[in-house]
Amino acid sequence: MMFAGAMLALLVALALVLVRVIKGPTVFDRVIAGNAVGTLSVLILAVMGYVFGRPAFIDLAITYALLNVIGTIAILKFFRYGDLGSSEDEVDF
Amino acid sequence: MDAVIEIISWFLLIGGGVFCVIGALGLLRMPDAFTRLHAASVIDTLGVGMIIVGLMVQSGWTLTTARLGIVLILVFFTSPVASHAIARAMRHREVEPILSEDRTGGRAGGQSTGAG
Repeated sequence: MMFAGAMLALLVALALVLVRVIKGPTVFDRVIAGNAVGTLSVLILAVMGYVFGRPAFIDLAITYALLNVIGTIAILKFFRYGDLGSSEDEVDF
Repeated sequence: MDAVIEIISWFLLIGGGVFCVIGALGLLRMPDAFTRLHAASVIDTLGVGMIIVGLMVQSGWTLTTARLGIVLILVFFTSPVASHAIARAMRHREVEPILSEDRTGGRAGGQSTGAG
C-alpha cells in the first residue's frame, strides 16, 4: 500500500518532468529535465522491486544511476565543444 | 517494534514522494533555467534520500539495504556534479539568469558579479 502511494507520487512527478522535456525552450532545460527523469527512474526501479517482491531490481537502479551522470556529462560536452572527441587541454566541468 | 518500523517507513516514503512532486512542479513552473536547476535539486536530495532511507528501514539488516546504500551514495555524489556541469555549460553558452533588479551597476553585457 505505501509502496503504491510512493509509486503513484513518483509517476506523477515523472509526468510533470516529461512536460518540461517536451516544452523546454533551450537545450539546457531539456538536459536538466532529462537528468531529473534519470533520477526518478532510479527511484521507480527501487520501489518497483518492493512492489513486485523482487529486490534484484535495485541492481538495475544502480546501473541507471551510473549511466545517468555519464549521459548528462556527455550531452553537455557535446553542446559545449561541438563534438565528443574534442582535444581541449582543459576540461573544466 | 514492527508498528514503529511501519510508521517510520510510511512517513519517509510518502514524504519522499511529496518532495519529488514538489521538485517536478518547480521544474515545470519556474521562469528560467537556473531556477529550474534549483528546483530539480530537491528531487536529487530530499526525494532520493527519504525514499531510499524508507526502503532501507523496510528491509532491515540485509544485503538489499547495502545495495540501497550504494544507490544513495551514488546519487548523493553524482547529482551535484551533474548540476554543476549544467550550470557551467549554461554560463559558457551565455545563458543569463533573470534578475529581479539590475545588479550589474549599469555595465553592458549583464555579467552579474554581486553576491546578492
